[in-house]
Amino acid sequence: MSKPTVAVYKFSSCDGCQLSILNLEDELLELASVVEIAYFLEARSRVLPGPYDIALVEGSISTPHEQERIQEVRKEAKTLIALGTCATAGGIQALRNLIDSKRLAESVYPHPEYLQVLREATPVSQHVKVDYELWGCPVNKAQVVEVVQALLQQRRPTLPGYSVCLECKRRGAVCVVVAEGVPCLGPVTRAGCGALCPANGRGCYGCFGPAPHADMEAAAQTLLPLERYPGEVVHLLRHISNNAPAFREAAARMEMERGRT
Amino acid sequence: MTKNIEVAALSRVEGEGALYIHFKDGSVTHVELNIYEPPRFFEGFLKGRYFQEVPDITARICGICPVAYQMSSVQALEMALGVDISAEVRALRRLLYCAEYIESHALHVYMLQGPDLTGHESALSLAAVAPEVVKRALRLKKVGNELLKIIGGRSVHPVNVCVGGFYRWPDAAALRALIPELEWALEAARQTVRWAATLPYPEFEQDYEFVALTRADEYAIYDGEVLSSTGRRLRPKEFEKGYLEYQVRHSTALHSQTVEKQPYLVGPLARLNLNFARLRPATQAMAQEIGLTLPIKNPYRGLIARALELVEVCDTALELTRAYQPRGASRAAINVRAGEGMGASEAPRGLLYHRYILDKRGFVQFARITPPTAQNYARMEADLWAIAPTLLHKPHAEATQTCEHLVRAYDPCISCSTHFLKLEIVQR
Repeated sequence: MSKPTVAVYKFSSCDGCQLSILNLEDELLELASVVEIAYFLEARSRVLPGPYDIALVEGSISTPHEQERIQEVRKEAKTLIALGTCATAGGIQALRNLIDSKRLAESVYPHPEYLQVLREATPVSQHVKVDYELWGCPVNKAQVVEVVQALLQQRRPTLPGYSVCLECKRRGAVCVVVAEGVPCLGPVTRAGCGALCPANGRGCYGCFGPAPHADMEAAAQTLLPLERYPGEVVHLLRHISNNAPAFREAAARMEMERGRT
Repeated sequence: MTKNIEVAALSRVEGEGALYIHFKDGSVTHVELNIYEPPRFFEGFLKGRYFQEVPDITARICGICPVAYQMSSVQALEMALGVDISAEVRALRRLLYCAEYIESHALHVYMLQGPDLTGHESALSLAAVAPEVVKRALRLKKVGNELLKIIGGRSVHPVNVCVGGFYRWPDAAALRALIPELEWALEAARQTVRWAATLPYPEFEQDYEFVALTRADEYAIYDGEVLSSTGRRLRPKEFEKGYLEYQVRHSTALHSQTVEKQPYLVGPLARLNLNFARLRPATQAMAQEIGLTLPIKNPYRGLIARALELVEVCDTALELTRAYQPRGASRAAINVRAGEGMGASEAPRGLLYHRYILDKRGFVQFARITPPTAQNYARMEADLWAIAPTLLHKPHAEATQTCEHLVRAYDPCISCSTHFLKLEIVQR
């Protein structure tokens, strides 16, 4: 039987999630022995023709060309995995969605007419059906292995559905909100990083996106009084995962309420 | 006679680019390195952010060299805020930078450019015939990533760097435990140099203006003055007096040139040629062993410079790890004030310059980022113009490969070339 084929694609992104695959130093050669890495421009020049069994898609959709290309990628892929927060929510570059489009045209950029960009940077799922989403900026490479392995074994992948707080407690880190009064998105952010920021004595800035069923209202009530500069909590939400609906809507609500008082 | 060379999607580079060379009646009529990587407008959305958020945002410009973006931005912001960092913080930042060099150079030497010189399409196919070479590459890369993880929390987009220092001191025992692997890495770096010296580099030399940071007391990576092979020497805050950016139609990256309107070269060749005398004895000994003569003017031989730098950073990392003794506060106290600051450091692929203006509450009013690949753009195109006529009578596949290899030899980080598009941010 021939090996299942894997294709890795890049859209608007920093390459960090693809690099997480190349950073599988202990597993890379073994991975390449159980699957056929058929398309992975950052790693190899050889391209095998599709269709592919697994497509790993890094990046958000931000240009007309990408809008067309993602349709092609979907057609070629049996299973499509959105790889990282750019692909699952739009990523950091979705911050430009907050920029007024008229001002975009009047920008001080010397020749904006040379650029071809869509008005918004959007997640892959806004354009095509996505089978699995791996959050993170960057993704946790162990989760990449888990999803690929699960697909090969025809089982459901095991991915955390709880918040960073649980990971933080598990590793025995001191809560930065309680002990130091530092605003931290841990309670509303999806686990997966291992509670890196609180363990380093700082607040979480939400790389892994909103946790399922995150209570944004409770988080706002707890965190807003702790702000060290005006707008800190809105800035935390409008960070890596700014365009994830739960964070986007909570930030908009907070801004509106601040405008009212 | 060869046909037009058209590579619609360059492989083994970071980011997305294409390459076009057109010939007519035996001469070169058109050379274009086309960046179709989407613009991500970083300088636009940095506006209005609080200064302490900046290193977390700029890291996202490049997943291969996030530390470089953090280091140039914290230095610029510390200048704007009048913050002095401790000697311990500077030492730890140098160590973090060494870790990124190990990871990035091992990737480029063995997995991005290396296959071109060994006749392979990837390190994966190289592994089939020379598994020991690829295993060495992966283990070396892993040492860099482990070091990044101990200091920064994770290897891609580390979380521990802040304006003023680090959020907290990394665990000394965990760092010390890495010493045996770093000793192995130093030896592996020496083997990398020996291996690099045996590879068949294409013959091609150009007269470059080299530009790199320099210091009297060490091989400059974390900080230094901006030195050019023309003798021009500027402090980082004077950078824009010597080097300018302009926009071209076919690329989303701005291109750079000197004030004399000349293209210039940044990166490992520039560093090695300008600062050879500052290399550590361990690195100089390796240069001598392979009979290296300077200056290197062949861009393909940048791989040898990277290999020598691997020795330099492994040796430096060992010294800094052995000497690591966290003392005092891991970050300086900051009195927020209005100000302007500039910072420059040597990303693995070349000089990276940042400038910020802060208002009195510490919010960014203006940001400028000049990445290494944008500075090398004009030089890459000039090289392609120079090499194209020599390809006229070569088989088309070979001619195409020579051009692709040339671009890859620069280690272009195309994803970092796309964000100095200036925009006004208006809250909706």
